[in-house]
Amino acid sequence: MTINELQDEIIDEFSQFDDWMDKYSLIIDLGNSLEPLKEQDKTPQNIIEGCQSRVWLNAEMNNGVITYRGESDAVLVKGIVSLLIQVLTNHTPDEIINTDLYFIEKIGLREHLSPTRSNGLLAMIKQMKLYALAFKAKS
Amino acid sequence: MFSFQNFTYFCRTKFQTNSFFNMNKQELIEIRNDFPILSEKVYNKDLIYFDNAATTQKPRCVVEKIEQSYYHYNANIHRGAHFLSIKATEAHEAARTSVAEFLGAGKREEIIFTRGTTEAINLVATSFGEAFCNAGDEIIVSVLEHHSNIVPWQMLCDRKGLKLRVIPINERGELDLEVYKTLLNEKTRIVSVAHVSNVLGTINPVKEIIRLAHEKDIPVLIDGAQSVPHIHVNVTELDADFYVFSAHKIYGPTGIGALYGKEKWLNAIPPYQGGGEMIKSVTFEKTTYNELPFKFEAGTPDYIGSTAFAEALHYVQQIGMDKIAAYEHELLSYGTERLMEIEGMRIIGTAREKSSVISFLVGNIHPYDIGMLLDKLGIAVRTGFHCAQPLIDSLGIPGTVRASFAFYNTKEEIDAFITALKRVVGMLS
Repeated sequence: MTINELQDEIIDEFSQFDDWMDKYSLIIDLGNSLEPLKEQDKTPQNIIEGCQSRVWLNAEMNNGVITYRGESDAVLVKGIVSLLIQVLTNHTPDEIINTDLYFIEKIGLREHLSPTRSNGLLAMIKQMKLYALAFKAKS
Repeated sequence: MFSFQNFTYFCRTKFQTNSFFNMNKQELIEIRNDFPILSEKVYNKDLIYFDNAATTQKPRCVVEKIEQSYYHYNANIHRGAHFLSIKATEAHEAARTSVAEFLGAGKREEIIFTRGTTEAINLVATSFGEAFCNAGDEIIVSVLEHHSNIVPWQMLCDRKGLKLRVIPINERGELDLEVYKTLLNEKTRIVSVAHVSNVLGTINPVKEIIRLAHEKDIPVLIDGAQSVPHIHVNVTELDADFYVFSAHKIYGPTGIGALYGKEKWLNAIPPYQGGGEMIKSVTFEKTTYNELPFKFEAGTPDYIGSTAFAEALHYVQQIGMDKIAAYEHELLSYGTERLMEIEGMRIIGTAREKSSVISFLVGNIHPYDIGMLLDKLGIAVRTGFHCAQPLIDSLGIPGTVRASFAFYNTKEEIDAFITALKRVVGMLS
């Protein structure tokens, strides 16, 4: 599936909820089922410090596509990290660099990306694209 | 959730029988009516505003004062000899008198308007530092300070080669005065501590802190941002050398605050900023500075803000600071008691003398998660470091959830908050 098809799938899934708490229940489930980052990958280099919560991000490239792994100490942030990984993993650097992540706004989670939220998510998205740029430069 | 109907019922059954100290039901209804924002809805839920330590809501009279001043008395002050300028000047200077009286200052010239607590501390750190601090000297702060009472002193330390000494806290979150006594020495130039902690709610024994410093002729600055809105403060009784606070935390407008300084200190330290108003005469060869308080008020001051600031002080004075303190203490006790019903509850900060601030954690749940979900239920709390990272780090926690009450909050709101919190904790456990 393309990145946009994956985004549309998520938008579809969230569209069934009217209530904020139901949306967040799903995000909590996603956060709890995110594969934990290996302890050796929780390095200071992989950390993205927010004022409120911390996010770790790791990426590797195999066969021309990138695999992301991430984690956060806050479960809601972890849930959103899970969504971002779901959308971007297994895509080429070019696809990732050029993508517009419109699903976040569409499912009503834009506030988590506001710079004042300082939860590291905005920085994480930047970092995901930077990884893609770096892999592209190397290849 | 809070509704007027429930509230009336609640008052009749509980306020009259248990007597909420001296705050009667009618007063509370009237008080809540003074704050239009309290009847707003967020995400279709009744707003419950428990983030009063960050900023307080504004009563109608304060907002109206701003409007009136702009519509009727707007002209630059201390300059024009025309009607409007005279009116505006009178209002601004009357506001200074109001602040002086509110704090129990000896002279109105001892009140300097600043942009807020932060600017007031920066002013003292810069000007006092310039006049009295040299390499090797020491400054004492405490571990529970807000960044605004740490960073200006660190900047001074970097500039002049000074050392910052830090008073630790005990397990309740109270300052360790025994250690403080050992920190005071002949190298200490100034002590700067909060009256009330914005994270733990601890009310520090500032009178004793000042007394101990004065025994060694060391001046003391008290950060009153979290105390002035909640407890009676008298700078003369405390014998504080500097006392600073912000209008927006005491129901006044943003962008203005006050520095109280003893006349002898304000005269002994140089101006902070240069510009109009703070000078007596200017030539390219030599400039002489104006007298107090104008020496520290360069540029056009916030003369609209100052009048609204004074209006806010009059508003709380009408209710009575002692009554406010008693009622908020009741909210603190009730909130603490109800929070303890929740399994895994950890109250962060259990000082014996405490203001209406409750920081907490539940089990291993991250504070951000609790705050985000409470928000969606219409409850405004603060989460994170609360601009006091050294304190949070010293406690070894990832931050806290903080509920802070004002006199317009009610026990019924606390009940709704507890119900919401139980639901949120259930989702996150």
